[in-house]
Amino acid sequence: MPEPMIALENLSRRYGTVAAVDGVSLSIARGSFVALVGASGSGKSTLLRTINRLETPDSGRVRVDDRDVTAEPPHAWRRRIGYVFQQHGLFPHMTVAANVAIGLRLAGRAVGDRVGEVLDLVELPRDLADRMPDALSGGQRQRVAIARALATEPPILLLDEALGALDPVTRDAVAGRLVALHQRLGLTTLLVTHDMAEALLTADRVLVMERGRIVADASPAQLVAGEGGHAAQALMAVPRHQAERLAALAR
Amino acid sequence: MSAFSDALTRVPPLLAQHVLVSMAALLLGILIAVPLAFACARRPGLSRVALGCASLVQTIPALALLALFYPVLLSLSGLVGGGIPALGFLPSLLALTLYALLPILRNGVTGLLGLDPAVLQAADAVGMTRWQKLRLVEAPLVAPILAAGIRTAAVWTIGAATLSTTVGQPSLGDMIFAGLQTQAWALVLAGCFAAAALALAVDALIGLIERGLATRRKALWIGGLVALVLGCALATQPLWSRGGEPRREVVIGAKNFSEQYILARLIGDRLTQAGYSVSYRDGLGSAVAFEATAGGRVDVYVDYAGTLWTTAMHRHDSPPRGVMLDALKDWAATRDVAMLGPLGFENAYAFAMKAPSAQRLGVRSLADLARVAPGLKLGSDLEFLDRPEWAAVRDAYGLRFASMTPYSPTFMYRALSSGRADVISAFSSDGRIAADRLTVLSDPKRAIPGYDAVLLVAKDRAGDAGFVEALRPMLNHIPVEAMREANYRVDRDDAAKESPEAAARWLAKRVGL
Repeated sequence: MPEPMIALENLSRRYGTVAAVDGVSLSIARGSFVALVGASGSGKSTLLRTINRLETPDSGRVRVDDRDVTAEPPHAWRRRIGYVFQQHGLFPHMTVAANVAIGLRLAGRAVGDRVGEVLDLVELPRDLADRMPDALSGGQRQRVAIARALATEPPILLLDEALGALDPVTRDAVAGRLVALHQRLGLTTLLVTHDMAEALLTADRVLVMERGRIVADASPAQLVAGEGGHAAQALMAVPRHQAERLAALAR
Repeated sequence: MSAFSDALTRVPPLLAQHVLVSMAALLLGILIAVPLAFACARRPGLSRVALGCASLVQTIPALALLALFYPVLLSLSGLVGGGIPALGFLPSLLALTLYALLPILRNGVTGLLGLDPAVLQAADAVGMTRWQKLRLVEAPLVAPILAAGIRTAAVWTIGAATLSTTVGQPSLGDMIFAGLQTQAWALVLAGCFAAAALALAVDALIGLIERGLATRRKALWIGGLVALVLGCALATQPLWSRGGEPRREVVIGAKNFSEQYILARLIGDRLTQAGYSVSYRDGLGSAVAFEATAGGRVDVYVDYAGTLWTTAMHRHDSPPRGVMLDALKDWAATRDVAMLGPLGFENAYAFAMKAPSAQRLGVRSLADLARVAPGLKLGSDLEFLDRPEWAAVRDAYGLRFASMTPYSPTFMYRALSSGRADVISAFSSDGRIAADRLTVLSDPKRAIPGYDAVLLVAKDRAGDAGFVEALRPMLNHIPVEAMREANYRVDRDDAAKESPEAAARWLAKRVGL
């Protein structure tokens, strides 16, 4: 197993009396594509957001490449991590190009042809660069949000229900593109989703969260084979059942 | 229509002052309200307090707010050993600024709280510092909403600035107040017209900026801003051309009634002939006029011995005329005001009734009046009932009326002729006493002090021989009959009505000045 890139050590985050994340320890290897699956309120988003410090843990540590994430100011840290969430969050007063280039601008780096390159990466036509976000379709906006996250060439990509607002066809296309980019750019990717099928089809490692704890940790192949424990198999029931019914229809 | 176009010629210098004070207040309001709005959007507690205070200010009538700054600044000035002007530009600026705060603050806070949380989270996620988030995301997104608030504030401020006339700051209100007093409707109309046109123009330009910001068309909002700045610069142009000369222009003060306007023009004509350039500060309140002269912001004006005696010197006795004038002169000198001398007539408070009813009730003096007063209605001018003279007369004769209603002077006479008032607190030099054939009641107990009109000059003008020589011939040279007739020429409301300027020229000829 390669050396761990991201290490969470005994991490907890409470809202009042509710523990959103309850003493989680976890290692994520460089280059892996990890899906965090769980119901709403299981703490998966909170866990993800401690990595780019949008959430501050009450106790425990987050280390990336053996460095504590609190070693530098939050804004400087976040510039080195790509983050995409459900409501695209594009800046409505900036063109697509300005949105995509914002990370480079903030870091004082040259923009050059980078906007065109990342639009190519997410398979958007380059001539969208001058449009405003409100002139794009939902799928295009989410691709721009991914392009924005990738423009600074971050080693880590965090996807917080990033596909949740898309229609099924677009969602499948964008998910496929994400997997391809993950491999091509050598990213370490964490995907938060409530959809087990999506996790199975994109990730190489699936974590299941329940009430702030990780209750299962298995590969997609293990899960399909019925391993991974009760909680994981409960989530597996839905896609499995759907697949059986589709197969029955085909007969 | 020619009266209207005549009146319009008075607009440019007043418009300049109006634009200066209202735009300065708007700018100051923006400088305070915008950062405050950003601070409020982050702290709900602060937001409640700030918006509450701004709303409270808004419930105070603008006129009262302006008036409130006079005692506040006066005591503040006393605290730091003087030097803070309590009249004119500063109190107007402060009051109007307070007035401008609310719409800007409210729009700013509403706009900031209404920003899409996903966009704000994205700003954090891409690694913006707090300042970058403010500059690159929050400010541009809230700008059109802020601009709409600024637009409202601008219109309010321009409207309320007409009231700054009352605390001695020149504005388009000068024309409105003066016109209202002398029933020169063309003047009122021209003043209102100019103020409305200014408000509409500023509203349209800020509207252009707002639209440019909302639709992200840079050319539009920068164009609007440039036009606004150029317009303000152009409108205030009469002010800076004067800046080059050393203080050569004379400022002549006048309170808010016809006699004051006429005498101010008479003084102005004489000084103009002597080579001075003059401007007028019309419509000053009694206390304001003296303080402005003491502060050197008004160079010369006419006041009345009894007024200063009771309200400024706080004296309750009524000494003989000569003693009073000497004491007044000495006292004025301690306040940096030189009293050149009396003009030769009195303008005393004089209780007047319609002749037939006075005859019917057998009233010839204040003592007679006291007997029948409980069945009569008193009409007074706006300040009389609050003045010590009223207290003195009331106590000396035991006067008690069925009702007492203050009117502006013009309407006070109308109230008497229409029967809404039975007795009025008239002025002895008023032309309408003779014209309306009113009976003036005598004052056998001498409860009302002498009201010699006196010429008062600011200290630094008193040493200017040419200045004093231009005015000296006026002293003891204006008999009350001449003054009454001049007043009536302005106060009458038929076709023969004249402007204060014309009446001043008539008076000069009549008394041989």
